[in-house]
Amino acid sequence: MIAKPLRHNRGFAAALILFLVLFVVYHILHPRGFSTAVFIQNANETVAIAFVAMAQTIPVLVGGLDLSVGSVMTLTACLASYLVVGTPAQMIFGMFLTLLAGTTFGVMNGLIVVFGRIQPIIATLATGAIAMGLALLLRPTPGGDIDADLNWALTNSVFDFAETFGLADDGNAAWLQPFANIPVPLIILLVVAFGVWAPFKRTVTGRTLYAIGSAESAAKLSGLPVRRAKIAAFGLAGFFASCGGLYLAIQTSSGNADITQAGAYTLNSIAAVVLGGTSLLGGIGGAIGSLVGTGILRVISFYFRILSVDPLIQPLIEGLVLLAAVSLGALRTLRIKNKLEHFR
Amino acid sequence: MNTQFSVSPENKPIFIALGFTLVIILIGTGYTLITQGAAPMLMPSYLAQQLQIGAFLGVCAAGMMMVILLGHIDLSIPWTLTAAAMMATTVGGPWAIPAGLAVGLIVGLFNGLGVSVLRIPSMIFTLGVDTALRGLMVAHTGGFAPQTEATPLMRFLAADRVLGIPVALFVWAGVSIAIAGLLSRTGFGKAVYATGAKESAAFLSGIRTKWVIVGAFMISSLCAATAGILLAGYSAKAYQGMGNPYLLPAIAAVVLGGTHILGGRGRYIGTLIGVILIVVLNSVLSIMQMPEAVRQIIYGTVIIGMLLVYGRETTSRN
Amino acid sequence: MTKAKEEIVALRDVSRYFGGITALSGVDFTCHSASVHGILGENGAGKSTLIKILSGVLKPSAGEVLVEGRPVTYSSTAEAVRDGIVCVFQELSLIPDLSVADNIYIDTPPKRFGLIDRRAQRKQAAELLARLNASEVHPDTLIRDLSLSRRQIVEIAKALAKSPKLLILDEATSALTGKDVDTVYALLSDLRADGVASIFISHRMHEVDALCDRLSVFRNGQHIETFDKGERSDAEIVRLMIGREISAQYPPKPKRQPAPPALEVKNLRWENSLKGVNLKVEAGEIHGLGGLDGQGHKELLLAVFGALKGVEGEIKLHDKPFRPTSPAACKKAGLALIPEDRKTEGLMLNLSIRDNLLLPNYAAVSRGPIIDSRRADEAVRDGVTRLQIKAGDTANPVETLSGGNQQKVVIAKWMMLDPDIVLLNDPTRGIDVGTKQEIFRLMRDLASAGKTILFYSTDYAELIGCCDRVSILYDGGVVAVREGDALTEDAIVAASLNLHERGAA
Repeated sequence: MIAKPLRHNRGFAAALILFLVLFVVYHILHPRGFSTAVFIQNANETVAIAFVAMAQTIPVLVGGLDLSVGSVMTLTACLASYLVVGTPAQMIFGMFLTLLAGTTFGVMNGLIVVFGRIQPIIATLATGAIAMGLALLLRPTPGGDIDADLNWALTNSVFDFAETFGLADDGNAAWLQPFANIPVPLIILLVVAFGVWAPFKRTVTGRTLYAIGSAESAAKLSGLPVRRAKIAAFGLAGFFASCGGLYLAIQTSSGNADITQAGAYTLNSIAAVVLGGTSLLGGIGGAIGSLVGTGILRVISFYFRILSVDPLIQPLIEGLVLLAAVSLGALRTLRIKNKLEHFR
Repeated sequence: MNTQFSVSPENKPIFIALGFTLVIILIGTGYTLITQGAAPMLMPSYLAQQLQIGAFLGVCAAGMMMVILLGHIDLSIPWTLTAAAMMATTVGGPWAIPAGLAVGLIVGLFNGLGVSVLRIPSMIFTLGVDTALRGLMVAHTGGFAPQTEATPLMRFLAADRVLGIPVALFVWAGVSIAIAGLLSRTGFGKAVYATGAKESAAFLSGIRTKWVIVGAFMISSLCAATAGILLAGYSAKAYQGMGNPYLLPAIAAVVLGGTHILGGRGRYIGTLIGVILIVVLNSVLSIMQMPEAVRQIIYGTVIIGMLLVYGRETTSRN
Repeated sequence: MTKAKEEIVALRDVSRYFGGITALSGVDFTCHSASVHGILGENGAGKSTLIKILSGVLKPSAGEVLVEGRPVTYSSTAEAVRDGIVCVFQELSLIPDLSVADNIYIDTPPKRFGLIDRRAQRKQAAELLARLNASEVHPDTLIRDLSLSRRQIVEIAKALAKSPKLLILDEATSALTGKDVDTVYALLSDLRADGVASIFISHRMHEVDALCDRLSVFRNGQHIETFDKGERSDAEIVRLMIGREISAQYPPKPKRQPAPPALEVKNLRWENSLKGVNLKVEAGEIHGLGGLDGQGHKELLLAVFGALKGVEGEIKLHDKPFRPTSPAACKKAGLALIPEDRKTEGLMLNLSIRDNLLLPNYAAVSRGPIIDSRRADEAVRDGVTRLQIKAGDTANPVETLSGGNQQKVVIAKWMMLDPDIVLLNDPTRGIDVGTKQEIFRLMRDLASAGKTILFYSTDYAELIGCCDRVSILYDGGVVAVREGDALTEDAIVAASLNLHERGAA
């Protein structure tokens, strides 16, 4: 499962190594490195952007781009701030509705791209504005009152989760102990990534995504379900974006229709996708790579804290790191000896 | 030359955009006639004022079009604009405007080299440049609004009027004539179209495609810098994030004007009309005192709706 | 042919229009099981449209398609495949970033628990490749890492995986090297013995001759005639295809005086493709490049035209050293390259004919930086007249032209520069006979006017018919130069295989 991407996608392999090195060095430098508290804090600050990056990956794989992922995340977060309240059953139903709304929005993007024949980047630029407008209608000012227990349970360790809901002897059961210190947000992220994306990749529709990004006309000639796959790609993007929105709402106990924040999430998602070894031209890469890419982006910003970097030059360093990373990836092109290959 | 006047597939979006602009003006006028009993939208002074604000967007869109014609995109426009404005006000005096334009040239050169030599997708490279520029400016200003002010010349160009017409409109017109002439009357312009349509074929036709790309990115950044200088003149000073509201509308204006987002096709007159459409739409929405939420929704719906009307690409035999 | 032949597909009065253009008109056509059916015709004769209708890519505008006696209307290739009609397309249908096994079973992979079973897929793919004598292709290799010839074999494997009743091969052998061509021939015989029908389209007459039992000739969208192999002579078939007699296919070669070399290449090296090429081309000469595909011809032409980096060795133009740093520099030095693939390297398909023609020529038609539209009009008119491009309005996109006329645009845009040395990379691939003749005549005219022509072709007959001398490349180097009476097909083939021929001159 992992070996093949490593062999076929050097970008992913490089990203993974870079992430591991940065991560380990960070924890060595950190005064309380390798502690549960630090893990939990890091994981919490990573989940939403990781979901949005996974969302972005899928349209990118088909050679498109989804400029609405940040707005969809914001919209679903605002929606969740109304829906995820009440009894546990009501809350679960609210979560379901939130995810359904995001997925529907994504499917709508897909329908516009496929049947309206509008380029994805432009179509989602427009639908992103619509999503933002809807979010502003829902939450003209930040607000919401999501259950504090739920917030606590999902943003801490497995032990805290079990304790909150009175599971496994309030988290003291012996069998739970090996997992007790794992942050719940990390588990949520991995469950969704490996439970949704990995199986999807092994369907004909999933394979069609790669085929479209690699050679769309060939995919059509091969009789692959091109339209269905494109709609699925945007639908899945909507789903992942709403996972991010739902988590953000629970994490902050509120919904906030912040245009700047939505834009930043969208742009960072593109950066994470590229850092994770997915080609912006489509056909190569995957959502797992984007998780790693997000990890790299986040760890870099964690360094600022422990190295007490002047906040004024932090944005500059972030920009330079991003430029350096993508330029390193481009060194390959300097080795190309047939200039015509540049244009493929 | 008959293509200029017949409704070819390339011109169709331009006519639709023009028609839609008129419809928006009519709606706005109808609204004000009913609610206020007046028609400010039809008054030259009001239109001139709206277009004066539109000039900043217009200049940005002109540059963005060069890059989109290549099938690339320039996401560094917001902070190129801001950096140029900040440098211009910081330097001040007679060198203010050259300093701002120099920022544009340098950023454009950097963008162009990254895209053409390193072959990094422009989407990600210009995004990185934008972030780095933001970092530079935050470090430069300490994160506060700069205290320096625009020079009198900058204020004249952006805010004054000559013969009752805002000077900014003259600047916009000058940029427009230069870009339109460049695209339709020079070998460089034709090379931009060719490189956008099929870079490999242009390269093998003996076009120095690398420099075409660098040139287009430099023009894009130069336009953004010009807009920044104007905007600083208009507001009397530069401020953080002043370029942010111009990126997406600039892309939208270019695309609504019929330029193909994958490059190779489009006419400057379309971009011009695209800008006017967006300006008019914005002013009608403010006359109606629409809340931001509704504006966003209408904005998105208009883009989708118009592109749907532009219609499906005709399927060719190949 | 032991089995009884049944009708697999039949077309009844089928027509197809594209806008105002008629691609097929009133075609009746049948194809029987256990046969190999060749289809001949110039470009634009309707062959591609025919197979696109058969394989479900296009729907007929009028008429009826019967499959095993049942009328069908396919709206996708998948539906045709369900009825056993499988097409190996001319433009490859493989996905470069997926593996060989993924590609072979792209839309019908073996599954376990509803998900793709990679192991089973790999095993089945390996078996299929072994059947095609290509067991050295590993099922996990990515398509983009394979040569064109191997890709074509994978493409055929992909078609076989669908157990076809009717296999359509559209120019499927044009990219194959010798060994793979033999494999395909053997495969078609096997399939025929199993009762499978094949439709075979090729521009190479000898292939069609060797393989097919029955031949159909198409011209201008009409089915002209169908006959058994051997009923018609080659000359008759050619006449049916073009609708008129062709006298001399190649212009006569004048007696050539020795001239100083115009282009000299010494010990040219690049990566693993060029391993010390030595070549002298004289002014006024048509110099051919022959040999098997993939021996460095294309790289040689690209290296001389500045499209490759890291080329070592020496190049001299008219005895002066020359470094081809970029196509732009080569253009200035009087070189021109007619590239291999006109759709991606020669033309901007959606730009106008006019813009395509002018692209290399703006410096010549501008005053300062500004284009002089009067001079530009003139240049376009000259180019169109000189190559006799059949175009209604030069403002139309170049993609509206037929293949032959598109290629003429590519050539015309360079002729407008009046180049001194013209490099041609397989310029007649997929071009109709009439246009081929015009291109050959143009080449000879240029040579007679003292220009220098370096001409690569995959078709040995063209090299023999056109060239004054032919250099044969093998493994990145020139192994033989042939001219005059020694320029025969046998000699080229022998040298291509790097056999040290004994009896030959």
